[in-house]
Amino acid sequence: MEGPYIAPLPPRQVVDLLRERFPGALEDVAEFRGEITVVIAKDALLDVARFLRDDPGTAFDMLSVVTGTHYLERDHDYEVLYHLYSLPRNHRLRLKVRLDEGETVPSVVSIWPGANWPEREVYDLVGVRFSGHPDLRRIIMPEDYPDHPLRKDFDVEGGPRDARPRGRVASPGFRDMESV
Amino acid sequence: MDDLRVTSPPSLHPEAPAGEDAVHGESMVVNMGPSHPSTHGVLRLVLTLDGEVVKAVQPHLGYLHRGMEKIAEGMTYNQFVPYTDRLDYLAPLSNNVAYILAVEKLLGITVPPRAQVIRVMCCEIARISAHLLWLGTGALDLGAATVFFHTFRERETLYNIIEALTGARLTTSYTRVGGLSRDLPAGWTGQVRSFVDTFPKFLDELDSLLTRNRIWMKRTQGVGRISAPDAVALSLTGPNLRGTGVAYDVRKTEPYSGYETYEFDVPVGSEGDAYDRYLVRFEEMRQSVRILDQALRRLPDGPVAVDDPKITLPKKERVLTSMEELIEQFMLVTEGIKGPVGEVYHAIEAPKGELGFYIRSEGDKSPYRLHIRSPSFINLQAIETMAVGGLLSDLIAVVASLDPVMGEVDR
Repeated sequence: MEGPYIAPLPPRQVVDLLRERFPGALEDVAEFRGEITVVIAKDALLDVARFLRDDPGTAFDMLSVVTGTHYLERDHDYEVLYHLYSLPRNHRLRLKVRLDEGETVPSVVSIWPGANWPEREVYDLVGVRFSGHPDLRRIIMPEDYPDHPLRKDFDVEGGPRDARPRGRVASPGFRDMESV
Repeated sequence: MDDLRVTSPPSLHPEAPAGEDAVHGESMVVNMGPSHPSTHGVLRLVLTLDGEVVKAVQPHLGYLHRGMEKIAEGMTYNQFVPYTDRLDYLAPLSNNVAYILAVEKLLGITVPPRAQVIRVMCCEIARISAHLLWLGTGALDLGAATVFFHTFRERETLYNIIEALTGARLTTSYTRVGGLSRDLPAGWTGQVRSFVDTFPKFLDELDSLLTRNRIWMKRTQGVGRISAPDAVALSLTGPNLRGTGVAYDVRKTEPYSGYETYEFDVPVGSEGDAYDRYLVRFEEMRQSVRILDQALRRLPDGPVAVDDPKITLPKKERVLTSMEELIEQFMLVTEGIKGPVGEVYHAIEAPKGELGFYIRSEGDKSPYRLHIRSPSFINLQAIETMAVGGLLSDLIAVVASLDPVMGEVDR
């Protein structure tokens, strides 16, 4: 590398390209600590993803990781996040899709095959379903596990919802101590 | 007449290939792992074999799942550091640095130069130690037992260095938000200096044992091959990607802790087979020694943590004598560090590849959501591409050359 290293600017031109190409699909754009997050409509995900991979100006040929977050008391219940990286252009972008309970999101395995296991993990731990995924099975938890542990309403002490006897309090040990 | 056709019975195992192979009746389902000496932990593979040829590989994960991402949601930022030791337990120092850099990115702080140089040294010591273990056990899997004893002798030197630095050989927990848990102990740089001086000679010896060894070449060349486009599509990182010829190294593309100021080369392969991955890792050890040498030369004096009462603990003697510092320590211990609302992803080049932490903060003392992008988990996806169509004995070489660590795969 010649000369002093200069940290690259966040790829704002990617957002301009997306705005131009998919007007209406961009729901929100945020920039924090030099990272750009683009929230896009669920229905446009596959088109946007294919564009981001194939357009020479964006060239996001690598999907670093897919992850998901469960929210309580929000307008949406889930966020699915796609961390993209471009080897030729050396920039990053975070794509985000917001979902309600019961909605599915199209799988991006056909665009980035590396999404296979991360999407299975999001399904397994957060409970988001990916439509069109070639092999959507649990990957970390046992196959007959009844709950999704990274959900915010998951009871850490009481265990999975369906396996819990009805009416049992979350933490019997603490209650017993209080009554003493 | 269709109903008269002989149909093969439903397969006992869904992965078993139906159709022609079933007619031959020769395919066999074999379980390998979770406790198999060559799976380096608790990787379980369900193999469909046709004689010696691997027809399908179905990995089963989760035997070492501890729910770290869930645990993080109930902890302050500093409390989670010991959990990162247990990710890639062959390079805990590197995990400590990776996690803490993500937190510092969230908080928007930069640590003093001395802390940065020490962190770089930590990362490189971890890389050499992880690669030495990979080489020793990988060679042992393929029948070269001598290498194992030699690499473990050198690893012992490194573990003594790590123990002197952190007080622990494995559970280092060395970094803190805003710096390090403690400064270097007396005489530590001398220990590292003598390692840097002697290690290249040992690498030459090791080189002469393996690199041109006919058996080693036969066992690894052309085995577990993957093309560069396939590797990129499957999100491979680290030596597994560089073995295919793609020079992606986070230390070069997105430097952190001052890596842009060090001189080192990024070795790449050309064939993407197990032999290339071996060559890449081998050369990386030499490059790590180069970085260690430069770090030792430039190690500046000064503090190893930022001086910010909201982030780092005040000095003990001040706490005992001054009201201000007493309050600051009390607040920091009871309330923790509050992050701003936002989300960050920060990746480093760990020995296994791109180790990234995604942190979603809602302004609380603990992350709302923390995700660990572990290189081993993503790299392991490629096992199917690499192993199917090869021999069962080559599968051992494939797993060894992929270098997965289950603590990081299952998290």
